[in-house]
Amino acid sequence: MAIIQKKHEMPVQEPSVRAHNFSEVALGYDAETAVAEANRCLGCKTRPCVEGCPVNVKIPDFIAKMKEGDFEGAYQIIHETSTLPAVCGRVCPQETQCECHCTLGARFEPVGIGRLERFAADWHNAHTAEQPAPPASNGHRVAIVGSGPSGLTCAGDLAKKGYAVTIYEALHTAGGVLVYGIPEFRLPKSIVAKEVETLKALGVSIETNVVIGKTLTVDELFEMGFEAVFIGSGAGLPSFMNIPGEACQGVYSANEYLTRSNLMKAYLDDPHTPIQKGGNVAVVGGGNVAMDAARTALRLGAEHVYLVYRRSMEELPARREEVEHAKEEGVDFRLLCNPVEILGYENPDDPRDPKNGFVRGIRCIQMELGEPDESGRRRPVEMPGSEFELPVDTVVMAIGTSPNPLIKSTTKGLEVNRKGGIVVNEDGLTSRRGVYAGGDAVTGAATVISAMGAGKTAAKAIDEYLNK
Amino acid sequence: MLMYRIVRKRVLNPTVTQLEIEAPLVAKKARAGQFIILRVNEEGERIPLTIAGSDPAEGTVKIIFQVVGATTELLNSKQEGESIQDFVGPLGKATEMEGMRKVCIVGGGVGCAIAMPVAQEFHRLGAEVTSIIGFRSKDLLILEDEFKACSDRLIVMTDDGSYGRHGNVTMPLKELLESGEQFDSVITIGPLVMMKFVVEAAKPFGVPVTVSMNPIMIDGTGMCGGCRISLNRDGKRVTKFACVDGPDFNGYEIDFDEAMRRGRMYADYERHAREETCNLLRGN
Repeated sequence: MAIIQKKHEMPVQEPSVRAHNFSEVALGYDAETAVAEANRCLGCKTRPCVEGCPVNVKIPDFIAKMKEGDFEGAYQIIHETSTLPAVCGRVCPQETQCECHCTLGARFEPVGIGRLERFAADWHNAHTAEQPAPPASNGHRVAIVGSGPSGLTCAGDLAKKGYAVTIYEALHTAGGVLVYGIPEFRLPKSIVAKEVETLKALGVSIETNVVIGKTLTVDELFEMGFEAVFIGSGAGLPSFMNIPGEACQGVYSANEYLTRSNLMKAYLDDPHTPIQKGGNVAVVGGGNVAMDAARTALRLGAEHVYLVYRRSMEELPARREEVEHAKEEGVDFRLLCNPVEILGYENPDDPRDPKNGFVRGIRCIQMELGEPDESGRRRPVEMPGSEFELPVDTVVMAIGTSPNPLIKSTTKGLEVNRKGGIVVNEDGLTSRRGVYAGGDAVTGAATVISAMGAGKTAAKAIDEYLNK
Repeated sequence: MLMYRIVRKRVLNPTVTQLEIEAPLVAKKARAGQFIILRVNEEGERIPLTIAGSDPAEGTVKIIFQVVGATTELLNSKQEGESIQDFVGPLGKATEMEGMRKVCIVGGGVGCAIAMPVAQEFHRLGAEVTSIIGFRSKDLLILEDEFKACSDRLIVMTDDGSYGRHGNVTMPLKELLESGEQFDSVITIGPLVMMKFVVEAAKPFGVPVTVSMNPIMIDGTGMCGGCRISLNRDGKRVTKFACVDGPDFNGYEIDFDEAMRRGRMYADYERHAREETCNLLRGN
C-alpha cells in the first residue's frame, strides 16, 4: 500500500462563520478518517514520538489499536499515562513534541498524532458512561494546590496509585487555565468538566474557593495530616508595559479579558459579568494567549482586531496553527510594531463627560530587527519618526505574567529564583521537605503539556518519597 | 459541595444589609481590613466585599453591603437559612496597626462598615480611637452603637444636618488637627471622593493617611490585574494590585481621579443589569 504523504485534513468551521461564534473551531475526524490516518503510522521500532511527549504516551500502541478500530482500547492506553487526553488532543503543540520526531515526518508529513488522540478521547467520552473505580487506598494523603493542568495530572497519577488526594482551588471552578484562560472555541469547557469528573471518580476530592497562602497555608496543610504537598498554582500577576494611558478604561490584561469571557461567561448574550464588546481592539503580544485574546475579541463582535507585536513573524512565539486560524478569521497582524502610549478620550469642555478616560486609540512605533539579544532572537529597535496611531476602543495586554507572591510569602523556607519562580530539582522537589512544585509557578508562562509533564514527574517523586 | 449559609440577616438601613455567613475557614483567618469575594448563584458575577467582622468559634463571617447593582440586589433578596454559591477569603492584607497608639478613623456611608472592624481592633489593642463617621442623612446612619463601644471619641456627621453635626467628615478632622491633636495615623474608608478630601485635609499637618481601596476585581488573588491602582511614589508612577498589595494604601500616593474613572468602567452596563434584576425579583 502506498504511503499517503499528507495528514488527513481536519475539518474546521469556515473562518467567516467561526469568527462570530464560540463553538469549537476544529471539528474532529470521523471514525473512517481516524482509521485511515492511524494507518499512516509505520509502527517503527524506535518510537521517537514517545520520547517527544512530556508524559510519554505510548503513541504507537494506541495508534495500533486505532488501526483495528478499537477506539476504547486506544483511549485506555493513552489514559494510562495522560490524565487529560481530550484536552491534550486539542491544545498540545504536537508539531514541536511528538509529531516532529515522527519517522514518517522525515520524508512526508508526520502522523497526525494529536488529531488521533483527540478522536480516541472524544470517542470514549461519547460512548463510555462508565467511570473508573477508585483504586484501593494506600493510606497516604497528598494535597495539591491548584487544579490546572499540572495539579490535575499530579492528582490523577497519585490517585491511580491509591493516594487520598485533595486539590485546593482558589477560583470557584476546577480547571485553572483550562477554564479561565483557554477559550471555548479551542477547548470546550464541557470537555474539561468531563476530565475533572473522571478524576473525582478516581477518588480525588476538589475543594474550590480555598486560596493557599490566604485561607490555609502550606504549613497548615501538613498540620492537617497531608504528608506531601504539590504546588501547581500557575502563572501570576499580569505584566503591563508601563507606558502612559494603561490605566484608561478599556485596557485589560489578557488574564482579565479572557477570564471575563471564559470563566465568567461574559461572551454570552446578556451576561452577569460585563466585558467591553465590539469596536476596534488592539491585542499586544505574540504568544498563544495573544492569539486567544484576539480571536475572542472578534467573537465578541469587534469590528477590527489588530495584533501588535514588536518582532517579526519569524520570532512570534504562538503556535503556527493558531496564527493561521487567527489570520483566516481576519485578525490584522501589525508586526515590528510597538505601543508607546494608549490614548484616552478627554472632553476639553466637560471634565464630567462619562466618556472621559476611555480608550480612543493606541500610538505605536515601527521597529526593525537589529543584532541578536541574549535570547538569540534579533532585538527589535525603534525606527525614529515612524510613530502612528491605531483607532481602538479596547487594548488587551498579552505580554506575560510574573509569579504570584501569595504562597512564597506565607511559606517559610520556600526558595524562589530571581524572577520569583519556585526553585525545584529534577524531581520537582522544592527547598522544603515534602513540598513539590511544577507548571507555570516554577517555569513562568509555558504550555499545558509541559505543566502536565511536571505534575507527572512530581507524582512519581512523591510516590517514592512516601514509600521510602 | 460546600455551600455558604446565611446564619443571620439584619437590615441596617433601607439600602444597607448585614449578613453573617457560615464560612469556617475564612472566619478563622479573617483580620480587620481584609475582604472576601462572593458569588450569589451559579451564573453570578464575583464581587469583593470587605469583612465587617468574624466569629471563629461560630465559624461565621460578617459582611455589610449597600444595594448598588444587580448582584447586591440579588444578594439582598436572600433570607436567613438560604445559602450563596461561593465565598472565598480572607483576601488582601490586614490593616497595619503596629506601633500606633492614637488613631483617627474616618468612615463615610457604607464605608463605615469596613471602618468598624478596624476601629474595634485598634480599641482591642489599646490604642486611643477617635471615630468620625458621616452619612447623607439620619435615615442612612448605621453602626452608631458599635462605634460608640470602641471609640474614645465619636463624632457623627450628616450632610443635611438631620442628625449629629451638620457637614462632612473633613470638617471635624480639620478642626482636631488644627487644635493640635496628634494622631499616629488617619485611616479613612468610604467613597473615593470623600477619601480624596480627607487626604487633602490631613496633608498640611503631615499626618500619615491610610485609605482602603475597593476597585473592580475578578479573582482577588493577583491574577486579573483589573484592580490595578496607580501610585505616585517619589515622582514615579507605580502600578499596584489592590487584591494582593492592598486594599490599604498610603493616601498621599493614590491617583484618586484615575481610580474614580476606573470605577465607572461598567456604569452603563450596571444600571441596565440592575433594572433587569429588579424586574426579575419583582416578577417572582
